[in-house]
Amino acid sequence: MTALKQSLELGLSLCRTCGLAVSHALLEVDRRCPRCQSRVEHRMPFSTEMTLAWLIAGIVFYIPANLLPVMHTSGLQGEADSTILGGILEFWRSGDWDIALLIFTASIAVPFTKFIAIGLLLLTVRKNSRWQQHQRTALYRIVEFIGYWSMLDVIVVALTSALMQFQVLGTAEPRAGIAFFCAVVVVTMLSALSFDPRLIWDRRA
Amino acid sequence: MSAAPTPPSEGELPTPLVQNRRWIPRLVWAVPIVAAAIGISLLIRNWENAGPRITITFLSGEGVQVGKTLVKYRDVAVGRVSAVDLSADHQTVVVSVDLSKDTSSLLRADTQFWIVRPRIGVGSVSGLDTLLSGVYIGMKTGAATLGERRFVGLENPPALSHGPRGRELQLHAARAGSLAMGAPVYFRQFQVGRVIDENLLPDGSTRVTVFVEAPYDGFVRPVTRFWNASGIDVRLGADGLNVQTESLAAVLAGGVAFDDGPIEALFTAGGTPGEFTLYKSETEAMAPPDGDPRYVRMRFTQALRGLEVGAPVEFVGVNIGSVVAVDLGYDPREKSFPVIVTAKLYPRRMGQAYESLAAQGKTENEETLAAFVGTLVNRGLRAQARSGSLLTGKLYIALDFLPASARVAFNASIRPLELPTVNGTFQELEAGVGRIVKKVNDLPLEQIAADLHTDLKDLHETLSELHSRVLPNAEDTLSALHSTLDSADRTLDVESPLQRGLTETLSETRNTLQAVRELADYVDRHPDALLRGRRPQQMPQGPAGLSTGAALSSDAKP
Repeated sequence: MTALKQSLELGLSLCRTCGLAVSHALLEVDRRCPRCQSRVEHRMPFSTEMTLAWLIAGIVFYIPANLLPVMHTSGLQGEADSTILGGILEFWRSGDWDIALLIFTASIAVPFTKFIAIGLLLLTVRKNSRWQQHQRTALYRIVEFIGYWSMLDVIVVALTSALMQFQVLGTAEPRAGIAFFCAVVVVTMLSALSFDPRLIWDRRA
Repeated sequence: MSAAPTPPSEGELPTPLVQNRRWIPRLVWAVPIVAAAIGISLLIRNWENAGPRITITFLSGEGVQVGKTLVKYRDVAVGRVSAVDLSADHQTVVVSVDLSKDTSSLLRADTQFWIVRPRIGVGSVSGLDTLLSGVYIGMKTGAATLGERRFVGLENPPALSHGPRGRELQLHAARAGSLAMGAPVYFRQFQVGRVIDENLLPDGSTRVTVFVEAPYDGFVRPVTRFWNASGIDVRLGADGLNVQTESLAAVLAGGVAFDDGPIEALFTAGGTPGEFTLYKSETEAMAPPDGDPRYVRMRFTQALRGLEVGAPVEFVGVNIGSVVAVDLGYDPREKSFPVIVTAKLYPRRMGQAYESLAAQGKTENEETLAAFVGTLVNRGLRAQARSGSLLTGKLYIALDFLPASARVAFNASIRPLELPTVNGTFQELEAGVGRIVKKVNDLPLEQIAADLHTDLKDLHETLSELHSRVLPNAEDTLSALHSTLDSADRTLDVESPLQRGLTETLSETRNTLQAVRELADYVDRHPDALLRGRRPQQMPQGPAGLSTGAALSSDAKP
């Protein structure tokens, strides 16, 4: 794999919009793609920096998302604020282990996987590591793919509070926690988007 | 990070382009900073909102749930149970509660906590909402020092959980009757408060604490009288049947009622404010002050069945006392058993008479009073047992002036005073009734019955004879009459031969009469015809009637 020539060695840059390989000689005249007029950069500018910033924001938002209640239910059985973890535990105890597992995957496992995966990618890129380049690229694809599945929780809360409005018998209202959780999902997706996976393969002195 | 190599020979660099874009990645860092700021502000707010954490000890933690059970003050949630643990000796339950901010001013040394559960009492139903929502912990603040964090919960809710405005009053009574905690307090049949406490005092009497809510506490004045409105007050006395009740709830749970006392009380009001006497009944409460009782004794020589302890003693129709004892005595001289009745009299109940007597100094002491009673006896004052109600047969003692009664000596030195008696009217009544009964008894009822029986027998025989003899004959007669009428009917029928013959005969007779008339006419015109006979018939020239008449007459002339 290392035998393959890198774009820098060939003096080529890829247009991110139309996929045209543009030679650096052309770019020196005009930094636009001769075909689609998009701006052509050899690598996404400030990719690692932006990824890191979004990642930190995501981790910070993740704390209130888990501590604050995401939903408030009231009804004949009294009133209750439920947090994400509390809800999972409740489902688990009442025997709905499948639902508990699903919510756990979507709300706890996936965000954590993303934090760790993006953190690992950033670290290795910064170190110019040659370690497991293929696996790391696969990891990036996975992170990109699973990103929006965390929105499951947000949708559950949105649907529940929209449907469960029976006045005295029972009402559900969203609480601040779900907004933070939504922010976590969005910010980590932005973080994954800001990362340029080609950096994994770059060989720099 | 621009990797594009730039020729170093050139003096001017394309740096402005790069520097123009440098602020974007810097801006990205604002995102985690803002996120951190939001997180920190949340933390601070949470910490600020956190109120004091207290522990409450209960004997039982029935229904208390961690994270769900609320603490409510005046029905507003002010905290939530955060932990339920057993105490070290496993005898009690320690409930930890996180209270909300600004509640520390409610936490005083005598602040009370209790678990609210549904309670269904005779007089009231409370805490029904907890059937569905689960229990909650009630809270009532106190007035003692601040800063307490450990409390001992009440096992029963206090009578007044919300500390409404009003007045607490102490009522003293010999016995509490059927009053229960929470029993209603009525003012003119409006519920204005409730009984909140009952105590047995060291002297054996009871003290009932009642709470009268504002604004009704204004009705409680020094002249107010309280009485026990418990249950149904059924009294069967000489006055007949007397049923009194304040309300259905009071019937079941008991109750206290109050109202302004009698007019006399206005002038004698006094005593400790907030302390009242709890009377047994409304009549007792509303009675004017009785003053000290005087005891009198009466000796009756008749049986007094129906005279009970407590029966009224009336002086000229005014109730001035009651019978306190009915005893059987023995008179060795006459070897008789008189009934000795002791009664207590309240001279003050005589009202204005008492006042004028007091003005004359007759009531100063026992001696003057006894002397005065002596003069009354000389004027004919006698005690008499009378029937108060024929229905119940109860007796009462009447003190009346009977000038016709025999004079008796009055000994003013005996204590208690002994009043002379006469036999009661009810005995006379009894004798009268006895006489009537005797007369009824003497009637020859059996003889009358026997005579009546014989008479009835005779009547019966007569009737049966009538039935057996007269009735069959009558039947025969009737049927004969019927057949007679039948044949008469047949005879008179239009189609009967008699009828037809009669019709023909009549027609013949008419023709005959016509012929006779024509003959008479002819003779009138020709009188000679009688001698010569009829002339031969000429050519017909006269009217047709004539010729016809002639023809007829010739026919008719045989």
